[in-house]
Amino acid sequence: MVHPINSNSIENSLNLFHQMYRIRMVEEEISRRYPEGKMRCPVHLSTGQESIPAAFSLSIKKNDFVVSTHRGHAHYLAKGGNLNAMIAEIYGKETGCSKGKGGSMHLIDLNVNFMGTSAIVGNSIPVGVGLALSAQLKGTDQISCIFLGDGAVEEGVFYESVNFAAIRKLPVLFICENNLYSVYSPLTVRQPEGRSIAKMVKAIGLETGTCNGDDIYSSQKLMQQSVNKVRSGKGPCFLEFSTYRWREHCGHDFDNNLGYRSEKEFLEWKAKDPLLNLEESLHKAGKDLSKKVDSIKASINSEVIAAFEFAESSKFPNQLEAYHEVYAKEELPK
Amino acid sequence: MTQKTFSAAINEALHEAMQADPTVICYGLGVTDPKAVFNTTYNLEKQFGVERVFDMPTSENAMTGVAIGAALNGIKSVVTHQRIDFFLLAMDQLVNGAAKWHYMFGGQCSVPITIRLIIGRGWGQGPTHSQNLQAWFSHIPGLKVVMPTTPKDAKGMLLASIFDPNPVIFLEHRWLHNTLGEVPDGNFRVLLGKAKIVKAGADITLVAMSYMTVEAIHAANYLEGKGIICEVIDLRTIKPLDWETIMNSVTKTGRVLALDSGFTTGSVAGEVIARVAMEKFSALKSAPQRLAMPDVPEPTSPALTKGFYVRAANIAEKVIEMFGRDTTDVKKDLSEPSPHDVPGEWFKGPF
Repeated sequence: MVHPINSNSIENSLNLFHQMYRIRMVEEEISRRYPEGKMRCPVHLSTGQESIPAAFSLSIKKNDFVVSTHRGHAHYLAKGGNLNAMIAEIYGKETGCSKGKGGSMHLIDLNVNFMGTSAIVGNSIPVGVGLALSAQLKGTDQISCIFLGDGAVEEGVFYESVNFAAIRKLPVLFICENNLYSVYSPLTVRQPEGRSIAKMVKAIGLETGTCNGDDIYSSQKLMQQSVNKVRSGKGPCFLEFSTYRWREHCGHDFDNNLGYRSEKEFLEWKAKDPLLNLEESLHKAGKDLSKKVDSIKASINSEVIAAFEFAESSKFPNQLEAYHEVYAKEELPK
Repeated sequence: MTQKTFSAAINEALHEAMQADPTVICYGLGVTDPKAVFNTTYNLEKQFGVERVFDMPTSENAMTGVAIGAALNGIKSVVTHQRIDFFLLAMDQLVNGAAKWHYMFGGQCSVPITIRLIIGRGWGQGPTHSQNLQAWFSHIPGLKVVMPTTPKDAKGMLLASIFDPNPVIFLEHRWLHNTLGEVPDGNFRVLLGKAKIVKAGADITLVAMSYMTVEAIHAANYLEGKGIICEVIDLRTIKPLDWETIMNSVTKTGRVLALDSGFTTGSVAGEVIARVAMEKFSALKSAPQRLAMPDVPEPTSPALTKGFYVRAANIAEKVIEMFGRDTTDVKKDLSEPSPHDVPGEWFKGPF
C-alpha cells in the first residue's frame, strides 16, 4: 500500500523505514550466510512480517515488558535488543545474549525489558501475563506485550492466559501476527472457516483490533492507540495483524516448491511489501528524502555487517560452561 | 515447645514468609475457600489481602506461567494445587519454562517460585488422585524437589523453598497433614538438599521420604526387637539429593533398602539403588533392595487396595529376608490396620 509522504509524517516515516529495513537486512543477512553452517541452530525468520514490529517499536516505552516466540528476532530488535548479542547468540558465542545456551529461539535483553522468547508454541503467553501481574502489584505504569502467532491461538494456554488477564484487568497487549500457516499447516485445517480470531477473543472479554499488516500507517495507529488504552488501566487488549512469512518456516530458504502454499500466493503478498512501498514513497517525495533513505540504508548495512563480524570474531564458550547455571545460586540483585 | 500439626506448620510458614517479604504472594484453586486447602492457607487472605492471596481460574498451566512471569519481575509466588494430578496440566510451563529459564538465558534471571502439590494414597482416591510423581520432577534439571516428613521440616523447608531463587516442587503427603510434632516459632529455615538420619543404626540403611519415613520408623522399631538395628534416612529433599549421607550410611551398614511412595519403575528408590551399587559395591554385604508402589494405577475400591501399599510389615519382611532369616511372624506381628486405607481415625474423607 503506497501512501504519499506529507511533511508532517516525514520524521515518522523515516523512523518506520529505519525499523523495517533494519529487521529485513538482519534477517536477509542471516539467510544469506546460513548455508555456511556456522549458525548451528534453527532460525525462524520474519522476512515479510517487519511492519508489525516496526509499528510496535515506535509505540512502546523502554521499560515496558515484551515476550515473544521462536520467530522472535524482529521483536527483539524492535524493542531495542542488542543486535551484536543476538547474532552472537545465533552463532553460539559467549558474547551471545544467552551466552550460547539458548540460540535463536531464546533471546533476551534485560536492558530493554525484552524478557525472553520460547521455542514452544504458546509457552511465553502466560509469562507475559505474569509480568503484567507484577506491574499491577507494584503499581507501575508498565505494560506487558506478548507476541504470538495464529497457531498459538489454538493452544489451551492461550485461552487460560487471556481469561486471567481479563479477570484481573491486567495491562497486557496481545499482538497476534496471523501469517496463515503453522509450519506447513494452513489456517483452513486448524480453525473454522470464516471465524475471526479477534472476534472470538472479543467474546472472551477483551478489547480487540484488527489491521492489515501491510498498511504500515494503520498498523502504527492501531498499535499506539492500543498501547495507550492498556497503559491507562482499561485492561488487556488483543490485536490481530494479517501478514505473511516469505521464507520457509524454519531455515534460510524459500519453500514454495514444497506445495503447501503456492508461488502465486507468495508473489501476491510480496507485491504488497510494506517496506518496498514505503521506500518508494520516500524516494518520490523529493531528493532530500531520497538521500536520507540512502543514508539510513548505508548505516544499517554497515551495522549489520559489523554485527556478523562481532559474532564471528567472538569466542565460543568454554565447554565446561555447559554444566553451570542449572540452578541460581543466590538471590539475584534487582 | 507446643505440638502442632503438619498443616498448621505449613500455615505458619506461609504467614511468616508473607510477613517477612511483601513480594511473596499465594494463590491456587481454593486457597481462600472455607476449607483453606486442608487448613494450610487459613486466614492468609484476611491477613494479607486479596491482592496477595487469591483464588484462581481452573487454569493450571497458564497460572504456572503467570508465576514465572511475575518472578522475572521480583514476585515470589507460592502456587497451591489440591492434588498433584491436576498439576500435570502445567508440565509445559514447569518443564519447558520454569526449570530452564535460568539456564537457557545464560543465568541472567531466576524463577523463585514454589509449587505446593498434595500427594497421597488410600480412601478411594483412585488412579488420578493418588499419584506420587517425585521421580518425574527429579528427572528435570533446574527443579528442586522437596518432600518433608515432620511438621518442623514442613515449616522450615517451605520457608527455605519460598526464599530459594529456583523453582521448587514442594510435595505434601495427605497422610502427614494431621501428624503432630514440635515446631519452632519464627522465620527459620531448614536447608534444602540435606537428608536427616532420623534413627541411627549399624545393620542396614533404610532410605525413605515423606510418608514412607513413618512406615520405615515403625518397621525399624519392630526390627530392633528382633536384634536388627536400622539406620533410617529421611531424604527430605529429592533434588538435589544428599548422596553423602546415603553413601556414608551404606559404608557403615553394608546393606540398603530404598523405599518409595511412587511407582517402582523409574523411581527415586531405583536411582538410590543404582548409585549405591555403582559406588559402594564392595561395601555391600547383600544385594540392595527397594520397595515401591507396584507398576499399576492405584485402584479405588477398598477391596482392591488391601495389601496394595508398602507398609511397615513389608519393610520388616524385606529386611529380615536380606539377613536370610525367617519372616513367618512378621505379618502376624505387624498386621494391616483396619480400615487399611486411612492414615488414622481422624480421617473421615472425602479427601
